[in-house]
Amino acid sequence: MKRRSLIKAFTLSASIAAMGLSWSIQAAETIKVGILHSLSGTMAISETSLKDMALMTIEQINAKGGVNGKLLEPVVVDPASNWPLFAEKGRQLLTQDKVAVVFGCWTSVSRKSVLPVFEELNGLLFYPVQYEGEEMSPNVFYTGAAPNQQAIPAVEYLMSDDGGAAKRYFLLGTDYVYPRTTNKILRAFLHSKGVADKDIEEVYTPFGHSDYQTIVANIKKFSAGGKTAVISTVNGDSNVPFYKELANQGLKATDVPVVAFSVGEEELRGIDTKPLVGHLAAWNYFESVDNPVNSQFVADWQAYAKAKNLPGADKAVTNDPMEATYVGIHMWAQAVEKAKSTDVDKVREALAGQTFKAPSGYTLTMDKSNHHLHKPVMIGEIQDDGQFNVVWETEQPLRAQPWSPFIPGNDKRPDYAVKGN
Amino acid sequence: MPKALQRLFLGLLLLLPLAVQAADADYFIAAKANEQARLLQDWAAQPDPARLELLSSLQQGRIAPGDTRKLRLNNRLRGLVDNALASHQLLSTDSAVRLAAARQLQKSAQPAQVAFLDRRFAGEADASVHAALALALANLQLVDSDPAVRLAAVRLLGETGDPMARTRLQTLLEPGVESTASVRTAAETSLAQVKRKLLIGELLGQAFSGLSLGSILLLAALGLAITFGLLGVINMAHGEMLMLGAYATYVVQILVQRYAPEAIAFYPLIALPVAFAVSAGVGMLLERTVIRHLYGRPLETLLATWGISLILIQTIRLLFGAQNVEVANPAWLSGGIQVLPNLVLPYSRLVIIAFALFVVVLTWLLLNRTRLGLNVRAVTQNRNMAACCGVPTGRVDMLAFGLGSGIAGLGGVALSQIGNVGPDLGQSYIIDSFLVVVLGGVGQLAGSLWAAFGLGIANKLLEPQIGAVLGKILILALIILFIQKRPQGLFALKGRVID
Amino acid sequence: MNQPLLVTASQKAGPRWTLAIGAAVLLVLLALPLLSLLPAGHSLQVSAYTLTLVGKILCYAIVALALDLVWGYAGLLSLGHGLFFALGGYAMGMYLMREAAGDGLPAFMTFLSWSELPWYWAGTQHFAWALCLAMLAPGLLALVFGFFAFRSRIKGVYFSIMTQALTFAGMLLFFRNETGFGGNNGFTSFRRILGFEITAQSTRAVLFLLTVALLVASLYLGWRLARSKFGRVLTALRDAENRLMFCGYDPRGFKLFVWVLSAVLCGLAGALYVPQVGIINPSEMSPTNSIEAAVWVALGGRGTLIGPLLGAGLVNGMKSWFTVAFPEYWLFCLGALFILVTLYLPRGVVGLLKKRGEQ
Repeated sequence: MKRRSLIKAFTLSASIAAMGLSWSIQAAETIKVGILHSLSGTMAISETSLKDMALMTIEQINAKGGVNGKLLEPVVVDPASNWPLFAEKGRQLLTQDKVAVVFGCWTSVSRKSVLPVFEELNGLLFYPVQYEGEEMSPNVFYTGAAPNQQAIPAVEYLMSDDGGAAKRYFLLGTDYVYPRTTNKILRAFLHSKGVADKDIEEVYTPFGHSDYQTIVANIKKFSAGGKTAVISTVNGDSNVPFYKELANQGLKATDVPVVAFSVGEEELRGIDTKPLVGHLAAWNYFESVDNPVNSQFVADWQAYAKAKNLPGADKAVTNDPMEATYVGIHMWAQAVEKAKSTDVDKVREALAGQTFKAPSGYTLTMDKSNHHLHKPVMIGEIQDDGQFNVVWETEQPLRAQPWSPFIPGNDKRPDYAVKGN
Repeated sequence: MPKALQRLFLGLLLLLPLAVQAADADYFIAAKANEQARLLQDWAAQPDPARLELLSSLQQGRIAPGDTRKLRLNNRLRGLVDNALASHQLLSTDSAVRLAAARQLQKSAQPAQVAFLDRRFAGEADASVHAALALALANLQLVDSDPAVRLAAVRLLGETGDPMARTRLQTLLEPGVESTASVRTAAETSLAQVKRKLLIGELLGQAFSGLSLGSILLLAALGLAITFGLLGVINMAHGEMLMLGAYATYVVQILVQRYAPEAIAFYPLIALPVAFAVSAGVGMLLERTVIRHLYGRPLETLLATWGISLILIQTIRLLFGAQNVEVANPAWLSGGIQVLPNLVLPYSRLVIIAFALFVVVLTWLLLNRTRLGLNVRAVTQNRNMAACCGVPTGRVDMLAFGLGSGIAGLGGVALSQIGNVGPDLGQSYIIDSFLVVVLGGVGQLAGSLWAAFGLGIANKLLEPQIGAVLGKILILALIILFIQKRPQGLFALKGRVID
Repeated sequence: MNQPLLVTASQKAGPRWTLAIGAAVLLVLLALPLLSLLPAGHSLQVSAYTLTLVGKILCYAIVALALDLVWGYAGLLSLGHGLFFALGGYAMGMYLMREAAGDGLPAFMTFLSWSELPWYWAGTQHFAWALCLAMLAPGLLALVFGFFAFRSRIKGVYFSIMTQALTFAGMLLFFRNETGFGGNNGFTSFRRILGFEITAQSTRAVLFLLTVALLVASLYLGWRLARSKFGRVLTALRDAENRLMFCGYDPRGFKLFVWVLSAVLCGLAGALYVPQVGIINPSEMSPTNSIEAAVWVALGGRGTLIGPLLGAGLVNGMKSWFTVAFPEYWLFCLGALFILVTLYLPRGVVGLLKKRGEQ
C-alpha cells in the first residue's frame, strides 16, 4: 500500500498534469481571494498573524452578505519564506485558482519576486507592510507606509525639543534593501537639516544577528559625543537580543532613545518591556489608539483569536500591518461594489479615491494616482505593558512619496503607476 | 490661648510642605510640556525637600504614590525629572543616596544648578560624595569665567575615564572656545589621559564580549559535541533541542508566575532541571524510535534528523504560535555591573559564562568519572568490542543521546536569557554549533571548548574593524583555511586505525 | 554496492524495460512544451504555471544528479551545492539584468549611486560570455576549493561542514549590497533573453526543452562515467580510499575532476533556472537549500543516477502540493517522509523499485 502510494505520488509530480487541478469543487457564487503569506520558515513569525487577520476580515465581510451578493472564498497557500516559491504560488493563485485579488507578502524581496507575475497576468496584489518605496506598479496597491509616511516624521520628532533635540544619529539596520534605502533617504534628509556626516553613523548586521554587544558598546561610545538617537531598522527577530543588550548595558531611553520602524505590538510580545519604557516606534497605527472604530477592531480580533483558538490567543494584539491588511481588504471590497465587477482594470479604477474609516482614527484615502494610502504618522513610546503611548502624531494623513525626493533621479519619475519599474 | 494658637500655627507650618506639594503636583499636571520642562529645571536649581516625594513619584510615572491617574511623560521630561530628583536627593541624610545622586548629576547637571552644587560641595562631609560632586561641578566649570577654576576643572576631568569628558575636553582645544593657553595645554594632557583610560575600557569590553560570545557558542555546541562528536549522529535536530530547552524555560516561567509568584526570581534555576528533562526525554525517545536504526550510516542520520527538526519546529509553531514568546530576565539577571565608566558587564552574560564552564566541567566529570561515561567512551571507540565485554550498547546509546540532548536543553535555558525564544531559535545556532565541534575536532570536548572561545573572541576582534557582516564572512573563510592545515580539527584523535 | 546500482538494475530488469520507461518519460517531457503552445482554452493546453513548475523541478533534478556524482560515486557529501547553482544563476541573471536595463545600469546600481559597472560585470551583456561565466565561476571555485581540500585529505563530515561554511559565507557575501549583486533582493524583473520576450510562451517552451536536453545529456554523461574505468575507480575511492592508494592510484585527480564537473553542471542548471523562475537571490545559497538537495539524492537512492531525479521530483512535487493542500501541516508530511524513507527505504525509492522488480 505504502509503495503504491509513493509511486503514485511520484507519478503525480512527474506527469504534473494533475498538479494544477484545484482540489475542491467550489460553489459558483463565490469570489475567490488569494492569501499569500508565509506560514513556515523565517517569516512565519510576522506573516502568520496577517493571514489570520485577512481571514477574519473576509469572515466579517461574508457575515454582512459578501460583496456584490457573492461570498468571498479565501484561498490560503504557504510560500514558506522561499522567494522563488512566492512567484510560483502567485502564478498558481492567478492562473489555477483564478482568484480576483491577492493579499500578501511581507518582505520586499517577496514582493519583487511576485511582481513580474502580477504584471504579466494583470493580477491585483495588496501589500500591507511599510517598505522602502522606489516602486509603483499598476498591479499593486500599497497599504503600508512609504518612507515619508514613517521614517522622516520620526526623525523630525527626534530633532524637536520634545523628542530630546538629538544632534547625532546612529542608523542601525539589518543588511538588506529596506534599511539601506531608508537610511539613504534619512541621510539626505539629515544633511538637508544641517547634520554633518561625522554626526551620522551607519551600521549594518547580517540577518538573524543575535550578538549586539559590540554594537551597543559602539552606540555608547558614539553617544558620548552629544545628544544621540538611534534609528533602528533592525529586522524583526534580531530586535529581542538588541533590546535585551541595551537594557542590560544600562542604556536608557532618556540617554539614548531608540526609534524603531519594524517593532510593533506583535514583536513586543516576545520582550519584557519594563527596561525599555521610553524607546520609540513610528507607525501609522497603534493598538492603544483610542477611538470607537479601533475599540471594535481590537475587540473583534481578540474574539476571533479566541474563537479560532489561535496560539497565544489570550494575549492577542493588533499592529500596523494587520490594520493595513484590514483596510486593504475593505477598500478592495468597496471598490468591487463600486465597479460592480471583480475585473482588475475596473477595480483599479474604482479604487482611486476610495475612502475608509480606519481603526487608526482617520478616514484613509487611496490616492487617485499613486496606488498608496494617505496615512497619518504616529510616534509611540513603549510602555511597561507592551503597548505604545502615542506621544506625537501628524495633524492629517500624509500623501505617500514612493519615489523619495531625497534620492537623486527620482524627480524624473512619473507620479502614476507604470509597469516594469 | 497663646499656646493653642502656637500649636495651630505649628500645625499649619507642618502642613505647609504637603500643601506645597499638592499645589506643585496639580500645577505640574495642568501644565503643557514646555512649561513642565521649565518647572523641572527650576526645581532642579532650587531643591525643596517637600518635592522629593512628588519627583520620585514622577520618576515612577505617577503623580503620587497611591494615585492611579496615569501620567504621560516623554523622554525629555523623564530626563529632567531624573536630574531634578538627583538635585533633591543631594539633600538626603543617607550618603549612599547622595552618592548616587552626585553620579547622576555628573551626567545631567545644567549650568543653572552650579550655585546649588557649590553649596552642597562646600558642606559635604562624606569623602566619596565630595569627590563625585567635584566631578559634577568640574563639568560645569569648564566654562567658568575664572581661568584658575577652569584649569582645576580640566585637570580633575583628566583623572576620570568618563567618555563624556573626552568630548568636553576636545571642544576646549579650539582657541576660539578656550582663550587661555595654559588651560588648553592642560586640556590636551587631560584628554590624552582620558583617552588612555577609555582605551583600556574598550579593550576589556572587547575581550569580555568575545568571552561571552564564546560561552554562548559553547553552550550551543556542547550537546552536539556528544550527539555528533561521540555518537557520530549528524544531528540536524540539535538546534531544536536548544529550542525545546528555551520553551521549557518559558513554560516554567508561566507556571511559576501563576502558582508561586513569590519564587519568580528563581524561575531560571527551576527551569534548568525541567529543560534538561524535557530535551533529554525527547532525545531518548527519538533515539529509541529513529536513530537507533541508523548507527553506522552517519550520512543518513542527517536526513532523518532533518525531518525530525522540521516536525519539531512545526509542532512548536502550532502549539505556541509562530511569534516569539516572552522570557523575561529576573531581577538578578537584569542590568550589569559598572566596572569602568565605559564598561558595563551585564549580569546575565557573567552568569552565562560561569554556567557554560560549569556545564563543561559537569560533562567532563560525567564522561570521565562515571560508569556511564566509561561505557559511552567504550562504545564510541569500538562498538563491537564493547558489546563483547558486556556493555549494553543499546542502553548506552540511548543514555548518551539523552545526555547530549539534555545538555542542549540546558543551553536553551541560557540562550532564552539573552536572545529571542521562537520556533526558529535552533536554526540560527545549528551552523555555528557544527563549526565549533568540527573545528575543535570531532569527539574532543576540550577541542570544542577552545574552538568556541576562539571563534567568539576572533569574531569580536574583527567586528569593530570591518563590521559584523564582513567579520562573519572572514571567520568562515579562516575556518575553511584552518581545516586545510588541520584536517581533523584542533585536537585530532591520535591512533593507528585507518578505514 | 560494488557496481553502480543503475548498471545492476538495468542488467537485471533488462535493457528493454528500462529503455521503454525512459523513452516514455522523455516523450512526456518533450510533449509538455509543445502542448503549452496550444491556444489558451484548448483542453490539452499546458499552462505556463505547470511548465515553469516542471522546468524548475527539472533544474533541481540536474542539481541532484550532479550531487549524486560526488556523493553517490565518490563518497563526498557536499552541503554546498546550492552555492554553485546560485553562481550559475547569478551569471545568467547578470546577462538578463543587462538586457533589461538596455544601455543604462541595472536599477539597483543606479540606486546605489554607482556610475559605472564593477569590473566583474564586464562583458555580461553578451549571452555567450554569461553562459561561459555560468560554468567558469562555479567551476573555478570548485577547482580551488577542491584542490586544497583534497590535497589536505579532508573527507567525511569535515568535508560536508566545510562546504556548508563555504555556501554560508557566499550567502552572507551576496547579501551585502556593496558586493554588487543586488543584495537581498537579488535580480528580478527580467524582460528579454536574446531578444525574445521572457514571458512569451514560446520562450518558455524553448527554455524548457533546453533544460530537458541538459538533463538528458548529464544523465548520459553520468552513465558513461559510471560504466567507465573512471567510474569504478571513483566507487573504489568511496568504499576504500586507502586500499586504492596502496594499489598505486592517486585519488586527488579523480576526486577533483568529478567535483569540478559536478559544480559546472550545477552552474548550468542554475543558468537555466533563473530565466524560468524569474528571480535569483542569495537565499538560494542558504545551507538549508543545499541540505535539501542532499535529501533529494538520499530519498531517491544515491549512487543510482536515476534515483536523485526521482527524489528531486518527488520532494518538490510534494512540496508544491502540500503547501497548497495543507499549508499548516505540510512540514509534518515532509518531515515524516524523510524519516520513513531513511528507516524503511535505506536505498531510496530506486531501491524499492528494484526490489519490486526482483519479486
